[in-house]
Amino acid sequence: MDPARTKRSSWLSDQRVRGLFYQTLLLAGIAALAFGAIYNAVVNMRARGIPMGFGFWNDAAGFEINLHLISYSNLSTYGQAFWVGLLNTLLIAVICIPLATLLGFMIGVARLSPNWLLSRFALVYTSVMRNTPLLLLLLFWYNAVLKSLPGPRQSISIADVVFLNNRGLYLPMPVAQDSMVWFVGAVLAAIALAIGFRMWARRRQDRTGAQAPTVFVAAALILGLPVLLTAATGAPFAFDIARLSGFNLKGGLPVIPEMAALVFGLVTFTAAFIAEIVRAGVLAVPPGQNEAASALGMHHGVSMRLVVIPQAMRLITPPLTSQYLNIIKNSSLAVFIGYPDLVQIFAGTVLNQTQAAVQVMAITMGVYLMISLAVAIVLNMVNARYALKGR
Amino acid sequence: VSLESLAYVREASELEESPPALSTGAFAWARANLFSSIGSTLVTIGCIAPIAYLLPQLVAWATTRAIWSARDGAACRQHQDGACWAFVVAKWDYLRFGSYPIAERWRVDVVEAIGIALIIWLLWINAPRRVWGAFLFFVVYPILALILLRGSPSLALPIVDTQLWGGIFVSLLTAVVGIVFSLPLGVLLALGRRSQLPTVRVASVVFIEFVRGVPFITILFMANNLLPLFVPETWTPDRLLRPLAGIILFSAAYMAEEVRGGLQSLGRGQYEAAMALGLNYAAMTALVILPQALTLVIPGIVNNFIGLFMDTTLISVVGATDFLEAMNNAFKDPVWAGPTIMVTGYLFAGIFYFVFCFGMARYSAHIERVLAKRRR
Repeated sequence: MDPARTKRSSWLSDQRVRGLFYQTLLLAGIAALAFGAIYNAVVNMRARGIPMGFGFWNDAAGFEINLHLISYSNLSTYGQAFWVGLLNTLLIAVICIPLATLLGFMIGVARLSPNWLLSRFALVYTSVMRNTPLLLLLLFWYNAVLKSLPGPRQSISIADVVFLNNRGLYLPMPVAQDSMVWFVGAVLAAIALAIGFRMWARRRQDRTGAQAPTVFVAAALILGLPVLLTAATGAPFAFDIARLSGFNLKGGLPVIPEMAALVFGLVTFTAAFIAEIVRAGVLAVPPGQNEAASALGMHHGVSMRLVVIPQAMRLITPPLTSQYLNIIKNSSLAVFIGYPDLVQIFAGTVLNQTQAAVQVMAITMGVYLMISLAVAIVLNMVNARYALKGR
Repeated sequence: VSLESLAYVREASELEESPPALSTGAFAWARANLFSSIGSTLVTIGCIAPIAYLLPQLVAWATTRAIWSARDGAACRQHQDGACWAFVVAKWDYLRFGSYPIAERWRVDVVEAIGIALIIWLLWINAPRRVWGAFLFFVVYPILALILLRGSPSLALPIVDTQLWGGIFVSLLTAVVGIVFSLPLGVLLALGRRSQLPTVRVASVVFIEFVRGVPFITILFMANNLLPLFVPETWTPDRLLRPLAGIILFSAAYMAEEVRGGLQSLGRGQYEAAMALGLNYAAMTALVILPQALTLVIPGIVNNFIGLFMDTTLISVVGATDFLEAMNNAFKDPVWAGPTIMVTGYLFAGIFYFVFCFGMARYSAHIERVLAKRRR
């Protein structure tokens, strides 16, 4: 090797050595930061008498929660309070995600409507929602609307079935009757038959090219069979409707005002974002795709279902999933209106009572991270399914 | 017979006929866009009916039937069928400054005016010497603002405790602090995420994904409850500094993803050309890559800023008084208690946020078009 070259490439200008140096520096910095934080935390926590471990998990909580899906009382433990909060957060997600998707797709389609007025309506809606803080919407619905409604005796009622007053929303509660078993059986049987029919139709189409009205048959089966059965054996469930007794409404399916405000605010807010995603996704499919489908002889509905929507979905799915994650994360705004979700119960009340800030925050953030991670994994699987297959 | 006398050439032009009434003009537009089919006609009627019914009532509620000036809530309690703007007027100073001492409020005005001037300089895409603007905004302005707002006895400015800060001023301050500190941090994180060095990359990815995976409120709780534990006891961070630290960390992660998008959209050729010129990593990044990438992501940064501004409403959860919290506090004044107060107050807050955010969004869309034209 010639001497000039060896001289120039001294080890100081070697990329790998430098890289190693920078990385060591970064690691040392992170380690120093972590060590300093842990050291200070231990010293500070000892000085203030804050518990170090997770022993508080099994201590009695001593506070009430006005909405719990599992049994809970003020004798229950902090651990049980955690599960109540987590389930309440998931409850909001389970209610809001389908509703927001439905409303969002409706508004997105309205935005694409050839009717100018309808499209403007959708535009105004999305603009207002996307430029107003979610917290403002929640506070408005909770403080200015729901809390200033009349009391139970002057409830606003819709056809004497649904009642709304300052104690909450009272929906009719479906109560299962004896024939419920038959009803569920009929629905399951109808679904199985519909799947079977679809498989048969597919195979026949592969063989002969003849199409079968799969959708209509499936709809007729799934709607028809239970209805026929209901006619034969009587209604599978009755509705328990709230009624006034004394100064309060009894029965029905009461929804606490905090939850009504949270669901309403989250759904109307997120729907605006979903609408924009849907609109962008459909507009991004080149018009040539639709024209090519027409040229192949597909009519509008078939081309929408088999050509346009699958391509739009590839663009819609990732941002839509991140909106679902946003619903879960934004449900933590419950803390402002007092809906007992994970953050309000655990990072709020439990943290204040136990003072175990480090442990409580680690658990709370860990839960949200795990949800995010799980959704990301599912999304990657879905993306792989929808991805363009390169050749 | 000569050919000329036979040939007929028209000398005057025919009178122009107006186009068919059904293909142009307002009538045709309405037919095509509002009444193209039976369904469309029904939809149009379905849209017009609520507008015709509700809009006049709403306008009358907000204007003619509203109370515009009053000394206390008595007039608003009497006229419950109109908005109570007098409440907003009476509380306006509190909504702007919170409990900041009245004699010192000029300092807030000065800081706001300078900030607005600098932001206009930065956002005006053809402005002269924008690098200078950036330097002033990101380096000089924060120091100046801190001295003016907090006070400095050596300059004869009395110290104002941050517990007294509040209102629109704190909302703007939080958003601007968020952007001033999170943008540089976000750029570093974005570069780190695309680094060749595995440790740097992993550290950046872990930070970004951690912050993006948890709700903003939990970051605020963490900043408020854990930060004092993680530093020596004598430091005890200021009550307003804690949410600010939280918002910087939170917004840096989102900013990093915006910047990464800009970095990814630059062609490989830019990197290769810079390396061919013999630039090292720092020079290449500072002189070639970042100027292009950051210009590309201005719309994204502005959209992030809008989100950040709306997220500042959450800092009240750890005891800071932003605009919305100041409004909530103002509702508690018994002198102004009344059934129309809350609706008026929230409506005003909504209009405030909407005007601000919608204006920024329009600007962002405009820049996007300008940039798209330039790239072609």
